[in-house]
Amino acid sequence: MTDPCASERDGDLVVLGGGPAGLAAAATAAEDGLRVLLLDSTPWLGGPIWRPGPGATPPRVAQRWLARADSAGVTIWPQATAFAACPPDVLHVERGRDVCRVRWKQMILAVGAHELFLPFPGWTLPNVMGAGGLQLLVKSGWPVRGRRVVVAGTGPLLLAVAAYLVRQGAHVSDILEQASWSALAQFASRLAWLAPSKLWQAATLQTRLLRTRYRPGCWPVAAHGADRLDAVTFTDGTRRWTRDCDVLACAFGLVPQLRWPGLLHCRLTPRGVWVDDYQRTSCDRVWAAGEITGLGGVDLALVEGQIAGHAAAGNNLAAARWFARRARLQRFAAQLDRCFQLRTELRFLPTPETVVCRCEDVTWRAIEACSDVRAAKLYTRCGMGSCQGRICQTALQFLQNWSADHVRPPAAPVRVGSLAGADQEHADAERTELP
Amino acid sequence: MTDLTIRVNGRPLRVPTGLTVAAALAMADVPAFRRSVHGQPRSALCGMGICAECRVTIDGLAHQRSCVVLCREAMEVVTDD
Repeated sequence: MTDPCASERDGDLVVLGGGPAGLAAAATAAEDGLRVLLLDSTPWLGGPIWRPGPGATPPRVAQRWLARADSAGVTIWPQATAFAACPPDVLHVERGRDVCRVRWKQMILAVGAHELFLPFPGWTLPNVMGAGGLQLLVKSGWPVRGRRVVVAGTGPLLLAVAAYLVRQGAHVSDILEQASWSALAQFASRLAWLAPSKLWQAATLQTRLLRTRYRPGCWPVAAHGADRLDAVTFTDGTRRWTRDCDVLACAFGLVPQLRWPGLLHCRLTPRGVWVDDYQRTSCDRVWAAGEITGLGGVDLALVEGQIAGHAAAGNNLAAARWFARRARLQRFAAQLDRCFQLRTELRFLPTPETVVCRCEDVTWRAIEACSDVRAAKLYTRCGMGSCQGRICQTALQFLQNWSADHVRPPAAPVRVGSLAGADQEHADAERTELP
Repeated sequence: MTDLTIRVNGRPLRVPTGLTVAAALAMADVPAFRRSVHGQPRSALCGMGICAECRVTIDGLAHQRSCVVLCREAMEVVTDD
């Protein structure tokens, strides 16, 4: 009889997510003496933020953490998608065409965040993209030289992405910042005493954008085109303009990826996963670090990762040394949050015909007739497609104030064969212990 | 950077190594990576394997998210299925 738990590996600590928080957590815990296995579902380490451009090397801080993880003996699996925990202490991981089972004693969740996408007429057209998404695509070779780009949404990411695109040869005609001038002025004045270096960063970004119109208090209302984007219409609430463009890059903010915390029944707060001072979640032997505990950027993610790594290794004294720095970075994040809150007008962008669930082509008219996420799922198939609601359900949290539905496995899209454990022969070949 | 050759809808395409399939398709000026359930053209949105809008068929395996797959020599990519 085939052992259903064949192909087991184990480690003291399994870290989900190889971005800044995950890398810092894994390296720190390994340096403190734990045997660590780090899983990332992409071919790259360092998360979206540290993805190097074509032919470029990762930023120096990324190289430092990768070297630390390496010399501390962290076992790293790229392109490994953990999709279920069943029984709870056994992770099921898809690697290419194989499935592995990983028995874990402790786990650190560091699965990061993704962009919030808001529906408006025409947002499903090819070349309407996430701003962070476009930057990632350009880093992986997506051509933008000579393309006319409009960047829209909110927050400092707009400037960073626009500056990056200009350096890559794109023509960024407009940046539409939905926050008002007064919100921005307030932010700038607070920035000056909270974090002067960030203000300097913002100023240097601006100088690269001399030929770009920066338009606070403006937002997109429609994208036009037949088979791909031709133009975008935007407004300041009273007037409307239409601009011809090849690409519209939207950044309405980030949302923590809560599928894994949901699957493990971790307690949540409105900002993300609830954690105590030592980054411990409400779930036994599970820690969380980085964007999933509340958005705060790469510096905060690194600090939280180190606290979680130390704490998982039982080194609470070393963890506590980072508390003050974490508190400072959290204050900065809260400031950002307040200044770049999304305006109510953005809730009224979809028309009855606008597709809101892109996987199942469910329109705003069909969804508006429903009372909550569950009803929308049952009656319209909204959120039941390939992305499993990652795009439409996060949008509906903003549009309708609907809370997210329960998470059921799989936590990530995998092949049916992986679910069925059909690749048992491959799996058997994997039966080895961690070094 | 060395080049490699993939096939996009039967046509050969030279790409540098390290490119994702999504980027190669954009280089080849493919507008629609896939059709939605009602036949609308769709292309990459999130760039990080979340939204699944950039799905294509790679070497006969359907529903591969092209933004998180790197090009390999002799890879066969089929779009707009």
